[in-house]
Amino acid sequence: MTVTSCNIQKPNLGEVIEKYKEFPGSLLDLLHEVQEIDGYLSRDVMQQIAEGLGISESKVYGVATFYSLFKTAPTGQFIIRICESAPCHIRGAQEVLEAIEETLGIKPGETTLDGKFTLEFTSCLGLCGVAPAIMINDQVYGNLTSDRVKEVLLNF
Amino acid sequence: MTIYRSHVLVCGGTPCVLKGARTLKDLLLKEIERYQLSDEIRVVETGCLGPCDDGPVLIVYPEGAMYSKLKPTDILKIVEHHLLKGRIVEELVFRERKSSAGALQGSAVPLEQEKYLSLQKRVVLRNCGRINPDSIDEYIANNGYLALGQAVTTLTSDQVVKIVADSKLQGRGGAGFPTGLKWSFTAKTTSDQKYIICNADEGEPGTFKDRLIMEGDPHGIIEGMAIAGYAVGASQGIIYIRGEYGLSIERMKNAIKQATDYGLLGKKILGTEFNFEIDVRSGAGAYVCGEETALIESLEGNRGEPRVKPPFPGIAGLWGKPTIVNNVETLANIAPIILNGPEWFRSIGTENCPGTKVFTMLGDINNQGLVEVPMGITLREIVYEVGGGIPGGRGFKMAQTGGTSGGCLPSEFLDMPMDYDTLSKVGSALGSGAMLIIDDTHCIVDVLKSFMKFFCHESCGKCTPCREGTTRLYEIVLALSEGTATDTEIQLLKELSGAMQLSALCGLGQSAPNSLLTCLNFFADEFQAHLNGQCPSGICKNLTIESEAV
Amino acid sequence: MKSLEDLKKVREQARQMTGLRGDQEQTKIIVGMGTCGIAAGARETMKAILDELNKRNLTEVTITQTGCLGLCEQEPIVEVEVPGEPRIIYGKISAEKARQIVSKHLVNNNIIGEWVIGRK
Ligand SMILES: Cc1cc2nc3c(=O)[nH]c(=O)nc-3n(C[C@H](O)[C@H](O)[C@H](O)COP(=O)(O)O)c2cc1C
Ligand code: SF4
Ligand code: FES
Ligand code: FES
Repeated sequence: MTVTSCNIQKPNLGEVIEKYKEFPGSLLDLLHEVQEIDGYLSRDVMQQIAEGLGISESKVYGVATFYSLFKTAPTGQFIIRICESAPCHIRGAQEVLEAIEETLGIKPGETTLDGKFTLEFTSCLGLCGVAPAIMINDQVYGNLTSDRVKEVLLNF
Repeated sequence: MTIYRSHVLVCGGTPCVLKGARTLKDLLLKEIERYQLSDEIRVVETGCLGPCDDGPVLIVYPEGAMYSKLKPTDILKIVEHHLLKGRIVEELVFRERKSSAGALQGSAVPLEQEKYLSLQKRVVLRNCGRINPDSIDEYIANNGYLALGQAVTTLTSDQVVKIVADSKLQGRGGAGFPTGLKWSFTAKTTSDQKYIICNADEGEPGTFKDRLIMEGDPHGIIEGMAIAGYAVGASQGIIYIRGEYGLSIERMKNAIKQATDYGLLGKKILGTEFNFEIDVRSGAGAYVCGEETALIESLEGNRGEPRVKPPFPGIAGLWGKPTIVNNVETLANIAPIILNGPEWFRSIGTENCPGTKVFTMLGDINNQGLVEVPMGITLREIVYEVGGGIPGGRGFKMAQTGGTSGGCLPSEFLDMPMDYDTLSKVGSALGSGAMLIIDDTHCIVDVLKSFMKFFCHESCGKCTPCREGTTRLYEIVLALSEGTATDTEIQLLKELSGAMQLSALCGLGQSAPNSLLTCLNFFADEFQAHLNGQCPSGICKNLTIESEAV
Repeated sequence: MKSLEDLKKVREQARQMTGLRGDQEQTKIIVGMGTCGIAAGARETMKAILDELNKRNLTEVTITQTGCLGLCEQEPIVEVEVPGEPRIIYGKISAEKARQIVSKHLVNNNIIGEWVIGRK
């Protein structure tokens, strides 16, 4: 499940638009793929998508902002998503959150100054069997404690 | 084909992989090689075996010995003692943990005799942890695709619908709507195109059963979808999997490819006129997209906002065509029903709610994980028998059934049977089957804060009662936890909740107040204490811990 | 796959792979694999049994090992348990004898009296 972004040939915006153009309803799949290019969807990119597909810019923007996996502003290289739903909450998510905040010096919604990490809240990740859980990009981590999460962060 | 004397099934479910199952598997293979046992012992990676909290887990057959909480040194022991010399390594065998002082007890009985499994009845999870999910052959060996084969060659579409209706199977995605009835509506429509959508958006906090079914037995879902397609006259299936479920997406895609290569999907299936294909699509992080009409909007490339019903998707769904939306677990029940007949299915569970249910047990419980038990099992059996009780011998405070949209039940309800009908009568729900157990060290208000924040965050904003209501509910609960709420606000909570239940457009807004209302009802004392500036559990930071009960 | 029959064929083939994990009562062969058993050549005995079962495609048989029975001088010990019948214990079973046990006892249901050292 690990995706190392560095060596993969990045797709080109025009090609991606071309690929999905013929398929009605594929806007989400298209946005997923386009987001791989810069890690977020800029105003400019969304404009080009709208033009390419022949739909309004507000439609693209509306969809991009509805789903939490799409980003409309630059983020850190690694997005840490910490689950704040009840099962994780009960098993000590607060302690994990505090440990991350302390280690990185940021609060949820913020990015570290070096542009490496963005911290954000998420709803249940379906990892409750090993709560409390977080995801860092595509990688999942469970059964965390403040010590274990610090260890995890050290590996980045 | 080689015969092996022993099969070692290593759990490859996400929780176990997170705990290093893959490294252990590599080590296991290396050790087996070192003892030159490779011709005698077969190592297979399977889906979730159940006790994820005790992962990594593996099972050695034919003994059926389950080993849990494995470390690399344990693998060395298992290979040397069990695989080579045939002696079960007693101290590593999974056993129930007793609630008293959390001490390990029980004798090392093989897996099949464990209480943990003895109460279980595996229909949906029949193959999970028994077969290699990446091998269609292993699925077929366990009668896989036989139900589809029989349906398309010996039954008419109407007969299939009737069998499912007679089984009284209810949707396992939350609402519990009778599946046969749903299919019959769509079967009656005439349209050039109909769709079968498998709802694998699983976002209900505390629920991860669909993930583990997809990871453990992907072909069971494919077979169910194809049978549904045959029953209602649809040739296109779509599985909508939430974007975060990387491994599920991978396994489903692989399984679809295998089934297509075998001619079990595609054109003229098994020499008949029936055609069926399946696409995998993925979501992008929005809980509300689990709601069927929002899911359809999302598949059409739009914001995932629910539609006004009627028309129901069964009549006008994806691209305006008749569409069946069914949950993963619902579909996984279909093949066994066709093979064993509706009477068999009705003989499991309760009269009105037959069959089994997959529950996820979470929170303050010893065996966190996944179990499949007959409908109608009591909460007490789930918590104390299957679940192994509460850690540290602490007391049971409440259980939230059905995930965050469900209600909270105090200890008086421990002996209540868990099924759709009974739970909805007391203001809760069976929902997705998540059972969140909360012990007596937790504060109701603090827990509610987390529930309410969830809805506030996930409301799609299309309708006012929910958009404004979820925010206000959260604010008031927050005020309670900070000691600034008054009686008027409690009153407001109740009124607002009632209004939302009646007027919100979709299930999200309608069920958001469930937990709050049940707690207000059953734990009135604790709310009163918070109004008086006290938090009996000492969790809300601005409040004092009272000395005596109010 | 073009018909239900094709599917059933694939199933029969595939069954042989997973039969071991079924629940039904099966004929069992148990090989003593304590240290003394291994020293006496139980590994070769085991390999021969597996090989023989493979050749004959006998998938409905489970093979397990067990620890030392305390009859060390009789090792390698092989036990055969057919459902509904007493368990037969054979002693000093070399690889060659093991092959005969498979063909005579398992396939033709003839107990080889002269090697039997006990019944349970
Ligand atoms: C807010 C909301 C979220 C839902 N999430 C899911 C979900 O994640 N998975 C699911 O199968 N059903 C979910 N449902 C229920 C679906 O709308 C629908 O009832 C279900 O998929 C029907 O399948 P079933 O009849 O097989 O249960 C959700 C409903 C609501 C209102
Ligand atoms: S109830 Fe909530 S989630 Fe459902 S449509 Fe209204 S605002 Fe959206
Ligand atoms: S509640 Fe945190 S992963 Fe499910
Ligand atoms: S994932 Fe291994 S037991 Fe659940």
